[in-house]
Amino acid sequence: MALPKSHNYDSKHIFDIMVIGSGIAGMAASLFAVNRKLSTVQAGSAGGTLFTSGLFDLLSVYPVEEKKLWSRPWDAMAALRASGSHHPYTRVSDENIQRSFDEIVSFLNAKGMKFHYDKNLNQKMITSMGTLKYSYCVPESMWAGVEAYEKKAPCLIVDFKGLKEFSARQIAATLQEEWPAIRPLRVEFPGMSGRTEIHAVHLARALELSATRVELAALIKPRLCDAVSVGFPAVLGIKRTQVILAHLHQLLGVPVFEIPMMPASVPGFRLKEIFDSELPQMGLLRLIDKRVDSVARTDRGNFLLTIGGYEETHTIQARAVILATGRFMGKGLLSDRKGIYEPLFNIPLFQPENRMAWHHEQFLHPAGHPINSAGVEVDDTFRPVDGTGSVIHDNLYAAGSILAHQDWMRMKCGSGLAISTAYAAVNAAIEKFINKQDRITA
Amino acid sequence: MQTQVLIIGGGATGTAIARDLALRGIQCILVEKGDLNSGASGGNHGLLHSGGRYVSNDQEAARECKQEGDIIKKLMPQCIEDTGGLFVAVGGDDEKFIADYPSFCAQCGVPCEPSTPEEARYLEPTLSKNVIAAYKVEDASIDPFRLSLLNMSQAVSRGSRLLRRSRVIGFDISGRKIKRTLLRNVDTAEEFYIEAEQVVNSTGAWANQVCRLAGIDIEMQYSKGTLLVTNDRINYRIINRLRKPSDADILVPGGTVSIIGTTSTPVQDPDVIHPTVEETDLIVREGAVMVPVLEKSRFVRAYCGVRPLFGKSGGGDGRSVSRGFALLDHAKDNVENFTTITGGKLTTFRLMAEKTSDQVCGKMGVSAPCLTRTEMLPVTDDCQWTEPGLSPRKWMRSHNTDDIMICECEMVTKTAIDEVIASLRHSNEKPGLVDICMRTRLGRGACQGAFCGPRALAYLYECGEFKTREGLADIGRFFQERWKGIHAILWGDQMIQAELMESIHCGLFDEELYTQSK
Repeated sequence: MALPKSHNYDSKHIFDIMVIGSGIAGMAASLFAVNRKLSTVQAGSAGGTLFTSGLFDLLSVYPVEEKKLWSRPWDAMAALRASGSHHPYTRVSDENIQRSFDEIVSFLNAKGMKFHYDKNLNQKMITSMGTLKYSYCVPESMWAGVEAYEKKAPCLIVDFKGLKEFSARQIAATLQEEWPAIRPLRVEFPGMSGRTEIHAVHLARALELSATRVELAALIKPRLCDAVSVGFPAVLGIKRTQVILAHLHQLLGVPVFEIPMMPASVPGFRLKEIFDSELPQMGLLRLIDKRVDSVARTDRGNFLLTIGGYEETHTIQARAVILATGRFMGKGLLSDRKGIYEPLFNIPLFQPENRMAWHHEQFLHPAGHPINSAGVEVDDTFRPVDGTGSVIHDNLYAAGSILAHQDWMRMKCGSGLAISTAYAAVNAAIEKFINKQDRITA
Repeated sequence: MQTQVLIIGGGATGTAIARDLALRGIQCILVEKGDLNSGASGGNHGLLHSGGRYVSNDQEAARECKQEGDIIKKLMPQCIEDTGGLFVAVGGDDEKFIADYPSFCAQCGVPCEPSTPEEARYLEPTLSKNVIAAYKVEDASIDPFRLSLLNMSQAVSRGSRLLRRSRVIGFDISGRKIKRTLLRNVDTAEEFYIEAEQVVNSTGAWANQVCRLAGIDIEMQYSKGTLLVTNDRINYRIINRLRKPSDADILVPGGTVSIIGTTSTPVQDPDVIHPTVEETDLIVREGAVMVPVLEKSRFVRAYCGVRPLFGKSGGGDGRSVSRGFALLDHAKDNVENFTTITGGKLTTFRLMAEKTSDQVCGKMGVSAPCLTRTEMLPVTDDCQWTEPGLSPRKWMRSHNTDDIMICECEMVTKTAIDEVIASLRHSNEKPGLVDICMRTRLGRGACQGAFCGPRALAYLYECGEFKTREGLADIGRFFQERWKGIHAILWGDQMIQAELMESIHCGLFDEELYTQSK
């Protein structure tokens, strides 16, 4: 038996909840479940959060075909609710969406990854592409950038020779019209001279050493001129970001900030490190890099899940399942020439009639591709339903991007969708299911 | 601007005319509204026909293919992969046609060696077990981009010029002659004139549009052909279906990929074409009858071209119209210094150029003979980065420690991009990501530009090629160019890749909010 022995695990244990998936939705569902003292097990590949930027979006574009940008996310939410949309948000109240953010942010803050948000506002972020992005909940490490953009104060953007996907010149060139006081600077990263290609995670590790920061600051300080803040690619450490920010601030005499960049991102890595290390200490049985191979149900309706790995397989029994396997990238959905499928429970999906209607001929078509709104349809308690609206299993829940009737990429609602629907699903499971039966834990 | 001959259209034929005339000592300007090979010369299989395809329905075309194929293999070997080819029939195919095939070939002088289903499957293990007959022929793969770049390159070395992104918008005609040709730069909208003694219209499917500017009507039909590119090379030789030409019956290997096609659909407008979901489904279904693994293969790209068919036919799909070429002397239409060449096929491009050049020289009183029938096509460095595998080999050989890999899927280096930028700059053009993609293999690998696009963009900003927000529009055009090739084949792995691309560029960077939509 290769399963960890923590959590008093034994093979006859019946878990309250099995979370399948390890992106933001899966991680959030696991957090909410352990916070509520549920006996929880989670499976999924290790890299689920690496493709996130570290920003938690709530909602900033609606309707997408009008490219309408909202600086007040709750106003956007009200417009969405009023439109008759079936977006998953319409099944969660504003208060509960807010609570879900509060709960995850207070957890991350306590574990050293600080976030900053203003309840009623989207923040304007600059990105490594040179675009401006409206996001809701911003890592503290990026906050000085929000303020710098707001004031259009003199600002130095630093990049490193060999970090191919981040050009300070590009950022300055694309933003200079609205922000003339932005200026690029290229330096050789200390200890990496002669290296033609360097990677974000290596830089992040190197910056955890105080000596690297002193050397780096010495390169930048003489070129600071009138800059009142300094922007870096998002590589300021993995576990000691707060210390690094403070130290660089002290060395340079001005605040520093990170600029979100291409995946796999260092802020995504930070999230993964915290979830991977902290949640098991809170009682989660985390089956890293294990996939659920197949599903059956007991006579009592509990799920029996066969978990595969590189060597052996195991069976886990759980009273409820939260399906947070994501879309195509997460392999929560599969596709072939004929259609799209949910492979684990074979849930019937809401989807366009045929492949001709999946995508527009323009990649950046303002309306977004119809296939992106396909997925799992749910009832008000986030239980998957079939085409007639009937619940498929009374103890199966779905959360995150696998849900139908949303286009998170165009609406900028990915993290909010993941977090709030995980929150709603966990609470619904407790309310409708777990509390109504005696706990069977033997 | 003045020149001896103005050539309109930068496909295989136009560039070969430029070379042919240059070798006879005649200076030309070649103008192209898009980029080299942006019409049918770029939207085809890259197949140098042995003639075996046409023996049953177009014997003259078959003979031409055989003769031209031999010349091209001998004189332009750097553009050829001499794979050889097979014609195979599967159970249910017309047995009379199978039996008659060798005699069709004999009538046209096209070599054809009988094989057996066992030998065919030994030579090509991905062939269906259902193969019932096979013949070996002399087909080969040809790189049409390399071909046009090298032809143009030799013409330029002899004093001719290439003007890309320049569209002909009118002719000044007086005294039965085109005195001046009016052009417009498609990027800057700047208009300018070219004066030439002779004007050649080698615009393929656009030939009648150009003729119309001179007040001349010619009858043309357009037939769209769609093709799919696999992620891996799945055959060694060209595999043809042994039947009368139909859909998805040729599988051509080239470099590291295979290409299956085509379809033939009549279209009204050669400018508004794209591969459709229906076509890609048809191609996969039909192709899998010959090579079953196509049903499960990962396709990285779909593309299409328009066959220019001269004349009119009663037939449905355009396959019954001759694939032969048409050389028109517009003196009969009262424009004495104007010649149109259209129709034809890639394999006969050299012959088309020879005949056209002969006619133009006749009008000019130049007696120099055609040399492209006997002279080798020189090798230059102009397109070495487009050959799969060559770029990494060169990179390894040079051991340049300062060289940075911009595109990791296809191993396109900073040096390769520098060379493209320099060559575009040399011809007074502004480099963008789409141009770099055409001249290197940037963005043609598994990521379809999702990762290398931003890296190349960052590099263009570093070089000072972009100085404002314009780069965001440029990367939007680059993604659209990639998208055109994948949007009809998005299932399985390719769907995952597309979602990754959209999640980064829309989900994270909000690029869709920055791009003007058409």
